[in-house]
This record gives sequence, C-alpha cells and structure tokens, in this order.
Amino acid sequence: MADPSALADSPGADSPAAEYAIRTRDLNLWYGTFQALFDVDLDIKDGIITSLIGPSGCGKSTLLRSINRIIDRLGYVRTTGSIEVLGHDVQRDDVELVQVRKQVGMVFQRPNPLPLSIRDNVIFGYRLHSGEKISKDRRDEIVEDALQQVLLWDQVKDRLGSPATALSLEEQQKLCIARLLPVKPALLLMDEPCSALDPEATSAVEELIWELRGRFTIVIVTHNMAQARRASDECVFMLMGKVIEHSPTERMFVTPTAQETSDYIEGRYG
Amino acid sequence: MFESTALNDKNRRVEKLWRLLFCAMTVMLVVPVLLILGVLVVKGGPAISMDFLFTDPTDGMTAGGVFPALIGTVWLVAVALLLSVPLGVAAALYLSEYAPDNLLTRIINLAIINLAGVPSIVHALFGVGAFVIFFQFGTSILAASLTLAVMTLPVVIVATRESMQSVPHAFREACWNMGATRWQTIRHVVLPNSISGILTGVILEVSRTAGETAPIMFTGAALFLPYLPQSVWDQTMAMSLHLFVVATQVPGVPEHLPFGVALVLISMVLAMNAVSIGFRMYLRGKKKW
Repeated sequence: MADPSALADSPGADSPAAEYAIRTRDLNLWYGTFQALFDVDLDIKDGIITSLIGPSGCGKSTLLRSINRIIDRLGYVRTTGSIEVLGHDVQRDDVELVQVRKQVGMVFQRPNPLPLSIRDNVIFGYRLHSGEKISKDRRDEIVEDALQQVLLWDQVKDRLGSPATALSLEEQQKLCIARLLPVKPALLLMDEPCSALDPEATSAVEELIWELRGRFTIVIVTHNMAQARRASDECVFMLMGKVIEHSPTERMFVTPTAQETSDYIEGRYG
Repeated sequence: MFESTALNDKNRRVEKLWRLLFCAMTVMLVVPVLLILGVLVVKGGPAISMDFLFTDPTDGMTAGGVFPALIGTVWLVAVALLLSVPLGVAAALYLSEYAPDNLLTRIINLAIINLAGVPSIVHALFGVGAFVIFFQFGTSILAASLTLAVMTLPVVIVATRESMQSVPHAFREACWNMGATRWQTIRHVVLPNSISGILTGVILEVSRTAGETAPIMFTGAALFLPYLPQSVWDQTMAMSLHLFVVATQVPGVPEHLPFGVALVLISMVLAMNAVSIGFRMYLRGKKKW
C-alpha cells in the first residue's frame, strides 16, 4: 500500500474490503514438487477471530505464512492463484513487502523476542517503520500503550530495561504480540501461539487474544480443538492442503457438514 | 539384585581406559606449551629490561634492544587488521546473510577454506608479485601488511560467518516478519550478537600476523633499520624476522638474546589476546539470550 494508485486498479478494489480482511482464490502452493495447498478459496472476515484447524501437515501454517509472504524467503516455493489482503493482491510484483508486513503481524509457536531489552523489543518494529528519531517521551508512550494492550504493563513496567529473554514464556509471547501493535497492523496471524505454553499461560494468552478481538482481524492456527472452540468466531478446517469446511465455530463443532470434519473433531485422526 | 555383573565390570574398565587415554592426550598438549613458555622465561628472562625494549640493536645486532622491531610489528599488525577486518567481515556478512545457497556460494566457501591452507611462503611470493611489483608499492609496510591481510582473510571470514550462523534463525524471522530489511536485521540483531565470535577470529589473526615471518620477509620487513617507520611506504624491522635473524643469521649473538626476543614477541601476542579476550567477555556479558 505504498502506492495509493494501487488502491484504484487492484482487482479487489470493487470487493467490499471492509467485510473481508483476507480473500484467497484458487490458491495453490508447491514446495519444490510437493504441493502443499490445493485450490484454497477462503474469505476471512474483518475484525473477528478465525481459527485454522486440522492435523499436522495439512497446510495451516503454509497458508498463514503465504498471507504475509514470508514463505517467499524459502526460495523454492511457487504459488498460483491470488491472495488479497484488505482488498489488495499481495502477490503483485509492485507490492512493497515491508508494507505488507506492517499491516500483517505474525506471532509464532515459540515466543521469539529479540535479544534486546523489553522496551527495545516493543519499539523495534515502530523504529523500523518510522525512519526517524523517536523522542524519549514518545517512545515511552508507545511502549506503555502496547504493553497495556497486551496486559503486560503492570508486570514489567519496573524492568523495561531488562532482557526480554528473561521473561517467562507467557510474558514473552505477550511481548511478541505487543511489539506488533505500535505500527498499527490490521491483521494478526498467530501460528499455534500457545503450544509452547503451560495450561495457565495458555488461558492467559487466549484471554488476551479475546481481548484484542474487534481491534484486529485475528487468524489463529491451532491443533488444539478446545482452543479453537473457546477462542474463535469462525473456524476453518483443513485437510491435506484443502479447505474442507469453513463455518461459524459453534456450528462447526455442533453440526459439521463434512464427514472428515466430524471425524477430526471427534478425534478419529489427527 | 544390584550386584555388578561381568559385563558391568568390563564396561567400567573400558570406560576407565578411554578416560585415561583422553586425559593423557590433553596433558601431552599442555606440556609443550608450558615447556616453551618456561624455557623462554628462564633463558630469555635475563635479557629483558627497559633498555632492551626501548633501544635500537647495536654491535651488528649482537647487543642492544628490539625497539624498532617492536614498533614495526605493531605497524604491520595494525595495518593488516585495518585492511582485513572490514573486508573479511563484509564478505562474511554477504555469505552468511545475503548469498543464496547455490553452487556458486558453495564454491566460494570452499575456495575460502582452501585459501586458509595456502602455505605462507606462497602468500609471500604472491605479495611480491602483486603488491611490491605490480601495484608498485615497493617493499613497504603497505605491501607487507596487504600480504598478511590476504593470508589472514580466510580466518576472519570463516570465524565471522560461523559466528553469524550461530545467531538463532528465529531472531531473523522475527525481524523479517516485522518488515525489517536484511540490513536492519543485521545491524540490530545479527551483528550485536555475533561480535564476540568475530573478535575471536580477529584475535586468532592478531597472533598469526604478529608471528609470521615468510610473508613479510620479501615484501616489507628489513633485516636492520636503525630508525622507525614514518608511514606505510617505509620498510620496517619486525619482531619475527628479527628473531629469525639473531637466531640464525648473525654470528656471535649471546645466547639469551634470541630467547629474549622470542619472549617479547610472545608477550606482545599474549597481551593483545588478553585485551581482546577481556573485550569479548565484556560483550558476551551483555548478550541477552
């Protein structure tokens, strides 16, 4: 979105961008010769939490990583079809990836705070994108605001200068979410954000995700079905690189339409 | 039920044997180092004095001090480092952070490793051909330091690259996902966390640069110059060559003199290493993971 003219002639401009944060059409993806995604058509609604569930290797993470195009780093990845984020095709050649990643924040399975202080972690992304010197007051304001939003401020406000890697895993994961917020992303993609955490930390992070609902479009990959059920509005079930079912979470867990979905939900495989 | 069986006894004996063997090897490694240092201190110690450090050699190099050689070595090492560290670190950065993993990159990596194995006398002849004659730097500190720099570049590159590779990939991913460019990632995450490893490479290089004789013999070091170099265009004496000369080339040198020179040379290297190691420990203490 560096180039405003891209707004007008983007193929997604006529679609109601306000309604869908992510739309994919006929998305196929290959790692070398292995096809990981098959004709994925997905409409992720704006402002809600959507969970991606399915057994290991079904393409959940692949799909997530192709949305902010971080998957391109692998070099041997080839895609066909389209991915629109906020109504704009992110696969066009003139797309500035830095701008895509500013809009689309990502949280990983293992918390990966940078080897910097808590404060520097939070301000890191903002620094990258602002390109100018940030006054101390402004910095403190941004850091406090972000940490408040992830409910971490009270625990860390007295040790903002200490290393982020010394925090507990739960706090680290919250910090990893916090550092995305200062650049005001529209989407947060979370790749199994709780699977490295103990049950208590998991529910704390889930609570936080729920807290952030409405302010961001959130997509969570999980293979914890209870989590998908607790913490999402809509649910996408994937199997072998295909989207099998996409429906409101409650409906998927109570009356799944596809046989594969009900088998998976009942724990017959996965 | 918990008595040891014949198999347990046998395993224990074998275990003991291996342990003894490894321990013996370690001792064999340490003994020569201690012997060298011990002999140098005992035999060269009497030669050391303030005068020895700060005066010129006299009487056809059979008496007097090592001052010009000492200063010359500092010049050679400093100029060589100035040339090779920025170049080596930049090359390692490219290889570690930018270069795609393809055949060409692998060939380059292999070439660098092979370059490290080239004998120093070959480097010396290359230095004569390239720097002294072709670039017309003459026999000078510049030519000698360039030769030393070429010789030690692979060490810097390999050490730097290894140390960058040891920075966890997750940090890079975190940066990229926030929209950082490669340079921003390098600047804020990779370099600060690999600097201690880079310094290790530089330390190794300092020791080697100070001690090498062949590469500087034909390119810039002089047997005897009773004055100090004024610029990189001058020739200079050097500790390593001076040691070679007083130990083998000059008749009538008192026995303690070469040992004294060697002791000073080793002390210089150890002192430089100690400073870098201290610096490295300081940086590592600041590491945040």
